[in-house]
Amino acid sequence: MKDDLLRIKTEALAGIAAAADTRTLDDVRIEFLGKKGTLSQISRRMGSLSAEERPIMGQMVNDVKDALEAALSTRKTELAKSEMFAKMATEKIDATLPGIAPKLGNRHPMTIVTEEICNIFIGMGYEIAEGPDVETDYHNFEALNVPKTHPARDEQDTFYVEGGHVLRTQTSPVQIRKMEEGKLPIAIVAPGKVFRSDEVDATHSPVFHQIEGLVVDKGINMGHLKGALTLFAKTVFGEDVQTRFRPHHFPFTEPSAEMDVSCFMCNNDPEKVKTCRVCKQEGWIELLGCGMVHPKVLARCGIDPTVYSGFAFGMGLERMAMQRYNIEDMRLLFDNDMRFLKQF
Amino acid sequence: MKLPISWLHDYIEPAVIGDLHDFAEKMTMSGSKVEKIHHLAADITGVVCGRIEEILPHPDADKLVITKVNIGAEDLTQIVTGATNLSVGDYIPVALHGANLVDGLKIKKGKIRGQESNGMLCSVEELGYTKADFPEAPENGIYIFGKPQELGSDARVALGILQDVFEFEITSNRPDCFSVIGLVREAAATVNSKFKIQNSKLENAQSVAVRDYIDVEIANADLCKRYIAAVVKNVKIEPSPQWLRNRLIACGLRPINNIVDITNYVMLEYGQPMHAFDIRAIDGGKIIVRNAADGEKITTLDGEERVLCADTLVIADSTKAVGIAGIMGGEHSKILDDTTTILFESANFYGVNIRQSSKKLGLRTDSSGKFEKGLDPNLSLTCINRVLELVKQLNCGDVVDGLVDVYPESRLEHKLDFDPVRIDALIGVDIDLAGITEILERLGIGVDGTTATIPTFRSDINIWEDLAEEVARLYGYDNIPAVIASSSNAGGKTVAQKMTDILKQTMVSLGYSEMLTYAFESPKVFDKLEIPQQSHLRNVVRIINPLGEDTSIMRTSPLNAVLTALSTNYNRRNARARLFEIVKTYHPNSDTSILPDENQYLVVGGYGDMDYYHIKGVVETIMSVFGIVDLPQVAPISHLSFMHPGRTAGFAFDGENFGFCGQVHPQILENYEIEAPSYIAVIDFDMLLKYAQMEKNYIALPRYPQLARDIAIVVNSDTINAQIVSIIEKSGGKYLKKVQLFDIYEGKNLPEGTKSMAYSLTFGANDKTLTDEDATKAINKILNALEQQLNAQLRS
Repeated sequence: MKDDLLRIKTEALAGIAAAADTRTLDDVRIEFLGKKGTLSQISRRMGSLSAEERPIMGQMVNDVKDALEAALSTRKTELAKSEMFAKMATEKIDATLPGIAPKLGNRHPMTIVTEEICNIFIGMGYEIAEGPDVETDYHNFEALNVPKTHPARDEQDTFYVEGGHVLRTQTSPVQIRKMEEGKLPIAIVAPGKVFRSDEVDATHSPVFHQIEGLVVDKGINMGHLKGALTLFAKTVFGEDVQTRFRPHHFPFTEPSAEMDVSCFMCNNDPEKVKTCRVCKQEGWIELLGCGMVHPKVLARCGIDPTVYSGFAFGMGLERMAMQRYNIEDMRLLFDNDMRFLKQF
Repeated sequence: MKLPISWLHDYIEPAVIGDLHDFAEKMTMSGSKVEKIHHLAADITGVVCGRIEEILPHPDADKLVITKVNIGAEDLTQIVTGATNLSVGDYIPVALHGANLVDGLKIKKGKIRGQESNGMLCSVEELGYTKADFPEAPENGIYIFGKPQELGSDARVALGILQDVFEFEITSNRPDCFSVIGLVREAAATVNSKFKIQNSKLENAQSVAVRDYIDVEIANADLCKRYIAAVVKNVKIEPSPQWLRNRLIACGLRPINNIVDITNYVMLEYGQPMHAFDIRAIDGGKIIVRNAADGEKITTLDGEERVLCADTLVIADSTKAVGIAGIMGGEHSKILDDTTTILFESANFYGVNIRQSSKKLGLRTDSSGKFEKGLDPNLSLTCINRVLELVKQLNCGDVVDGLVDVYPESRLEHKLDFDPVRIDALIGVDIDLAGITEILERLGIGVDGTTATIPTFRSDINIWEDLAEEVARLYGYDNIPAVIASSSNAGGKTVAQKMTDILKQTMVSLGYSEMLTYAFESPKVFDKLEIPQQSHLRNVVRIINPLGEDTSIMRTSPLNAVLTALSTNYNRRNARARLFEIVKTYHPNSDTSILPDENQYLVVGGYGDMDYYHIKGVVETIMSVFGIVDLPQVAPISHLSFMHPGRTAGFAFDGENFGFCGQVHPQILENYEIEAPSYIAVIDFDMLLKYAQMEKNYIALPRYPQLARDIAIVVNSDTINAQIVSIIEKSGGKYLKKVQLFDIYEGKNLPEGTKSMAYSLTFGANDKTLTDEDATKAINKILNALEQQLNAQLRS
């Protein structure tokens, strides 16, 4: 019986080693370790053994069983691994094929630029204000110190609608509406559409966008205006940008200024500026108009100009977007061609 | 405004002006922006003054001659020319070998018919000028200098054409700076230099001799503040001297004759338009400044007949208008070659009226451009004196003693009190009274203590803040320290603004790109969209002065915007389009004094790889993002003229329309030339704001397992999902948590006219594990209700 056991062990180990796949290995397991397997059959013969022999043989059977199970397990792991590799070999794909991703849309470049500017001012504690596109003559002109006879009315080529109203020619009426609310202090920016009767071409559109800013509080002076707008310019154009404030004239501010920033291309470098096409050798790009809110404007909105002062600014947004993305023709912004919109 | 530097040098030493670019920078920073510095004749080089020493016939050409020209060198220069107006001893401009002339013409030596020619003798045309600029130049021929020139010297200098000219941008509040004198004042203040203007005075100004020729009456003193007339007799009309012509040319004006040139010169110098009449044309010896009669006609200097209206001011004699005040003189009274007696006008007209008249007539002139900005009436006297001084200096005629000066209400200097502390506080600087006084005095503003005396030419200074600007700009805006204001506001966006951002972000995540469309469109869009005649959408805000019909109404719906954008893409062969925009629409109030209502809509559109369920899915996602989980009433709608009647759903909340989505009507697509099925959705943004539930509340995850059961029912083909879901939800009992459609089947094995709808139902309870029995009970109730209400059968 002992010899039988040793023979079974030898045969079984050979079978395990020879099994080429997990199925064959399982067959070997069933043949030797199954309920009706050779080892069970031998165990059944234990009854015929003497009481002294029985434990010895029992131990022997167990040892063989353990040895076989260990061998089976090792072989099984080996085979499973090689089968996994074989399977993966058949699963090979072209890893350079395009991925599957949901198609995202894109925000309009005007939205992106407007948001960026708004966020800079929100960071400085400003709110975003809005106003109607169709405005009263009063809010668009009169309250801003532009009476009926003022030449600026001609220059701005206003669209008129019934009731004596206008399509706002600037975002400045939002200033008036904000001041009329009577809550002080005020710190707002107001982005929005404005309308002027310009024929469409590469640099003109009868509808375009501006952003307006207004700060009113006690003790506001031109230094605050310079501080806010210089910080704004540095955030948008980078730390190295230079700014300059030139005296100018607007009916609704006094004193008034225009802010220039150093040219995006040559940065007003004394050598590079000589051949710069972007700024036409000026070194500067005109960015926005600004000034201290005219005392008549404050007074008309019910704010006492002997107590409060403020500054205001306004700028066109199309040119910012066009400069940012090197868009040469303004018409593209209103054209809505997917091939254009997908680029932002 | 152009300012030749030579003119500036008349008043301020060149050494004080210094480098052109530095000066330009200083002027820009003090408020007179230099747009450009023109270097006139800078591109003409290698042209010198020469003298003809010999003229020899050309051996091989009858029409050519050989000249020997002295250009100050040891040897004479031989030049072949075809000109016939030359004599020995003439001083002429000579373009030498290598010279550059106008239009890029380069001169090279060579042989002309076998004879050496080392340059070219020049006409004024070859130097870029015309006979109008140099009236003494021959019709066809070489320019001959009127007097000897230094041989070999730069001919541009001899001709006076080499000039640097500043071009300034003048702001509308500074009409005084539209003049040489005004800019000289600014320049002097900027570089802190003195300057001297010698205002001439007519001798015997009080004489009444002039009254023998002319009298003046102002009939409308509101529109004409002052009228001064002077007379010059024995006039000799001839070209003006070269120095005067050169200044006109440098400023972009064409020389005409001595009298006209003098009026233009004074206009450039002082900014006051002047006019000269031939006194022969003034009937009755009297000038009357009056309003035109409605329909009154006048032929202006440019030969056009103009019909006037009563708002327009005219200069008239006793019988007719002889000029349109401040805009243009009459043809009939213009200066002719045989004019012998001249009436000079130096007047002041009300700017607003001049601008309106000029606009009405469609006639803008240098003169109207100056008047409409509002001039100082005190300038009129200065300028008539200056004109008469030039008449004498140029020897154009004999000035008749006396002036007729009608000046009903003199403009006087005004006083303005200021507080230096407040000026400093507004600017954000610390300049003491002495500093402020020094700056103001540089500008010609008198200061006595804290009272400023404003000269009459500074009509823009009316309040102390105007003085603050003067102080700030000469102190230098760049010298004002920048300060960051400490804000007491939190800042940020309103709920509606945040929701707009969320909506845009959602749309972008869903694959839609943001478009940008005009707020106005054509009234034809309503027919294009087949909007019924009585629809409220046709009630529009109309633009009174549109660019064209296509942009003449404010839109009342976003439909045309999105369909036009889809059409653009389709016609450019873009295979697919996914677009959205949050647009405003405009709706008039019956009382037009009230501003129109402005509503906001989200509009979505697309075509290509798309069907109805995609667009509906977009709407559902938006609702879900905005916390509107119990979708408003959704119903098929078929009444929208522009939508497919069988493929459109409307959304409503408490009976209020929220929007719609679906497939665009094929006829409308045809109207927009789109050949692909297209889908749009419109959502009322204000309603979205109203019903949005942005506050999120956590709901506990189910602690007990849920049971899922599927049912398939057979219903009539026209039964809609919304009906079935509604019945299931109503009859499903408290354990029913979720109903989801997962299959629709029509066809084989089902009776004609029926379909199978399969739903997955989820049951659960918060306090126990449901049994099969609980679920079965609920399902039986559901099936019963479906059978009763829809005659639905469980599909076996």
